[in-house]
Amino acid sequence: MSADPSIPPAALSGEVRLPEKLADVEPVRSVRTPIRLEYDFIPGDASSGYLNAFADRKILGQRSPVDGAVFVPPRGVDPRHGAATPDYVELPDTGHVGGFCVTRLPIPGRDDLEIPYVSAWIHLDGADIGFLGLVAGIDTSEVRMGMRVRAVWKPDDELGRTAENILYWAPTGEPDIPVTAAGTNAWHAKQAAAGEQG
Amino acid sequence: MAERLRADLVLEYPFTRTTGPVIGAFLTGLREGVILGIRRHDGTVLCPPTEYDPESSEPLTELVEVGPGGELVSWTWVDPPRSQSPWDQPHGLGLIRLDGADTPMVHGLLVSGPSELSVGMRVTARWRAEREGHIADLEGFVPEGADQ
Repeated sequence: MSADPSIPPAALSGEVRLPEKLADVEPVRSVRTPIRLEYDFIPGDASSGYLNAFADRKILGQRSPVDGAVFVPPRGVDPRHGAATPDYVELPDTGHVGGFCVTRLPIPGRDDLEIPYVSAWIHLDGADIGFLGLVAGIDTSEVRMGMRVRAVWKPDDELGRTAENILYWAPTGEPDIPVTAAGTNAWHAKQAAAGEQG
Repeated sequence: MAERLRADLVLEYPFTRTTGPVIGAFLTGLREGVILGIRRHDGTVLCPPTEYDPESSEPLTELVEVGPGGELVSWTWVDPPRSQSPWDQPHGLGLIRLDGADTPMVHGLLVSGPSELSVGMRVTARWRAEREGHIADLEGFVPEGADQ
């Protein structure tokens, strides 16, 4: 006979019966279960182009051959249509905050991040989707959706083929993008307009 | 053509999980040097214990002591152990049906070579001196009589 799934199981209420000898010991309530995966990352053509360009302080995206949408980082394909995206687009290092998160707790293994810090979706001018970055150079309470930002790069002699060349994104002081046009709102508005035309 | 890029990456999460009453009891037992199974309504015993009967989904609550001796049901030899293995020497991995249990549990077999292992042999638990309520409180299983 199966138990009625709508009735909370007795096990959840903690009513288990233990052998006599364990009756008075302090019960274990939590357990460490760390996971760790070490692996080699070998980027494909699109990611390689993106990373190589970083050494020259350039940010590359790719343009969809279907509707011209610009993706960054480039993945070699428009995931909506399965269409290859061979054409690179050079993007400026300016954009706006499309969404953000203030983190107030330290993350194990990221001692380099001083809390509180702000991670954000950065929507570059000319790109149709955001990518992740840190926002700094401003009090965390001042960060807002639609805020204009510019990349702060490592010194030229420290540039490598890595997105870590961008230390963080700092406010430009320009007027904000309206929230209705910021982040994914812009994407949805554009898709809706395209749908009406189509 | 630029040279092929390559990076060593590590994905790591230092999870701590709450155990619930049944797994918590199992781990409490390990800390105290006792292996616990759980009794099903038909009287058979599952080890390791689960909160639910795997066939009927009924909640299970009666924890019973099993082992520390048992029968080796199946095994394989691991040589060399991987870098993050709990064991740093070549060892067996076995399915061990502990005395009083009806299902086997997986654990390490601490012998010097595969010629010392056979299906049906008697094995017994070897405990660590320092225990905290973790599956690794059991160092592994050894042939019965080996630690005497």
